[in-house]
Amino acid sequence: MKHLLSTADLDWDQANALLDTAEQMAAVLTRPIKKIPALVGRTIVNLFFEDSTRTRNSFELAERRLSADSISVTARGSSVSKGESMRDTMQTLEAMKVDCFVIRHASSGALEQATGWTDAHLVNAGDGWHEHPTQALLDAFTLRRHFAAVGHPGLEGKHVAIVGDLLHSRVVRSNVWLLHTLGATVSLVAPATLRPAGVETWPVQVTEDLDSVLPQVHALMMLRVQRERMSGGFFPTAREYTEFFGLTPARLRLLSPRAAICHPGPINRGVEISAEAADSAQSLILDQVAAGVPVRMSVLFHLLSGADEGLK
Amino acid sequence: MTDLLLRGVQLADGSHRDLALRGELLVDPADLGPGHRTVAADGLIGLPGLVDLHTHLRQPGGEDAETVASGTRAAARGGYTACFAMANTDPVADTAEAVSHLAELGRREGWAEVVPVGAITKGLAGQELAELGLMHRAGVNLFSDDGRCVQNAQVMRRALEYVSDFGGVLAQHSQDDDLAGPTACCHESAIGGRLGLPPWPAAAESVIVARDIELARLTGGRLHVCHVSSAESVELIRWAKARQLPVTAEVTPHHLLLGTAELEGYDTTYKVNPPLRTDEHIEALRQGLVDGVIDAVATDHAPHTPEDKDHPFDVARPGMIGLEQALAVVIETMVASGRLDWSGLVERMSTAPARIGRVADRQGRPLEPGQPANLVLIDPSRRQVVDRAASWSQARNNPYHGRDLPDPVLATFWRGRATYGWDNL
Repeated sequence: MKHLLSTADLDWDQANALLDTAEQMAAVLTRPIKKIPALVGRTIVNLFFEDSTRTRNSFELAERRLSADSISVTARGSSVSKGESMRDTMQTLEAMKVDCFVIRHASSGALEQATGWTDAHLVNAGDGWHEHPTQALLDAFTLRRHFAAVGHPGLEGKHVAIVGDLLHSRVVRSNVWLLHTLGATVSLVAPATLRPAGVETWPVQVTEDLDSVLPQVHALMMLRVQRERMSGGFFPTAREYTEFFGLTPARLRLLSPRAAICHPGPINRGVEISAEAADSAQSLILDQVAAGVPVRMSVLFHLLSGADEGLK
Repeated sequence: MTDLLLRGVQLADGSHRDLALRGELLVDPADLGPGHRTVAADGLIGLPGLVDLHTHLRQPGGEDAETVASGTRAAARGGYTACFAMANTDPVADTAEAVSHLAELGRREGWAEVVPVGAITKGLAGQELAELGLMHRAGVNLFSDDGRCVQNAQVMRRALEYVSDFGGVLAQHSQDDDLAGPTACCHESAIGGRLGLPPWPAAAESVIVARDIELARLTGGRLHVCHVSSAESVELIRWAKARQLPVTAEVTPHHLLLGTAELEGYDTTYKVNPPLRTDEHIEALRQGLVDGVIDAVATDHAPHTPEDKDHPFDVARPGMIGLEQALAVVIETMVASGRLDWSGLVERMSTAPARIGRVADRQGRPLEPGQPANLVLIDPSRRQVVDRAASWSQARNNPYHGRDLPDPVLATFWRGRATYGWDNL
């Protein structure tokens, strides 16, 4: 594995190897000395063309835990008219001997294009509406742990519903491919205006009726509704959205008490998820955040230490 | 200029003839003087020089991407003897002075006739009419805001009405800016949904086509639909033509050959406006061209520098070049499959565009004595793997790079002068 651009590139063995290694990394993080010398001498650049706090912090911490040398660059100005192009930015940095770029970009496909511009490894930290593979891996890691804890280990045969803005969400695309590879059944729930073209060709069930899905699922992922989508373009009001697609206290009771509640964050309390749901015992939202570091350690370890050579 | 005798040329109708070129004209072979050059052209096909209704020559303002000289050299390489130069230059060709300057530049530096297209609205802003009448007096008959679509129906109505007084034609880039938003860059389709690219639905084109057809009916003004890309647009134009409305249409070579699958990998060479679409649209375009619902093939040759293309997909400039491979693509998609014969190809790549653009007095003429010597000699059996580095265009955004295609053009003559391929004879 040279890059991690899309979860669609991961087969069952590779996905599970990444999740298994993440467990080992999580064990490292419980020790008094939370650091291993796995990537000593490796140089990683976190190149963020779009704002991010939690993803960038989580990558930075993962890199330090692995003893890699890393820097973070917040790049601005990806437009044609002004500033350095993404290609020039990358090639300038690569001239300083970089082994790996972790990139977030506002444009779908930016990383796939970048494979032609660099010899370094690339990790997708989110590209436009396209993919956010480490988020999907940490979601799967969190769910895998949860299902093991409740005595039904594994994701095979589990039913996961993802609710919200499917059209603009990179999280949903990465989750669909990965959950499908891991054997889960996936339902997507959204109003027609927020469903991407061709969603019926994805390996999922699609519905606008959240209430009919809730009683069946083992896990529910609520997606963040972006503020700029709330102004009447895609649905009338936040109030109406919550009424039909929010995880309200009333809807929480339709869910099995053992079903997990996830959210990639940051959450809009009272819009897509009520405080009662977010703070309930079923909520894995903080577990997801905690999973970010070991999962990203695993990804970097597999790409940069050559540990995945035996997987093929 | 040496007199030239091309012996045994096959014409589009299948007949064979000796073509004699003297000065700027085709003449009777008996009228050639002594000392002319004779070329055995057995097995070669002679067609009237091709006419492109839709070329971006980028001069003035975009000379880093293309110039009148480089663009018309590419045209000559592709068998063209005339190019309609779109108005979206910098400054915009929206005055008589601007179009006259471009025509003069064409006469001085062109390797094919450069026919200026005038803007419909000032600065392509879609608000106020440009000086259509003054541009017409300077020789312009085709007007277009191409690159942009005239959004306002009232402005479009008035423009159609106004140009009808002098037989002008409005070439509309049909795109509803609300339906296909500013970031739209991929046909709304399964692949676009998967790749996460902002969608450009086919309906954003056809709603404008439907509106403009109604405006053409209302005003009697001549409408030409640029680069038709959707099956629904074809059906609307079919409907309009069945009612004898004054509507014509063009399709690009790339929309006849390439589909959404090219976007896998996010290669911005394939970012174009309107976008590449799916098989059912491609088939409808081919059938529309066969039926004559689509009158002409026009390239929408759109040169860009690598600096304009080396960007994320939604940011990169839209457009691809096409002059050099247009004939090859039409042969590959339409002639090789038997859907068009040579006469049908000539109609759609030379005669009809010359008629639509009002240059039929000198372009798209039959290859007969007394006519201007505008012609292209082709060998349809020749093939090549297209190499963008070998392009005569200054630009390298060639969507056919690496593709095995016919390489038919042996030589092109414009007004008796070999603008391409003298050494190939």
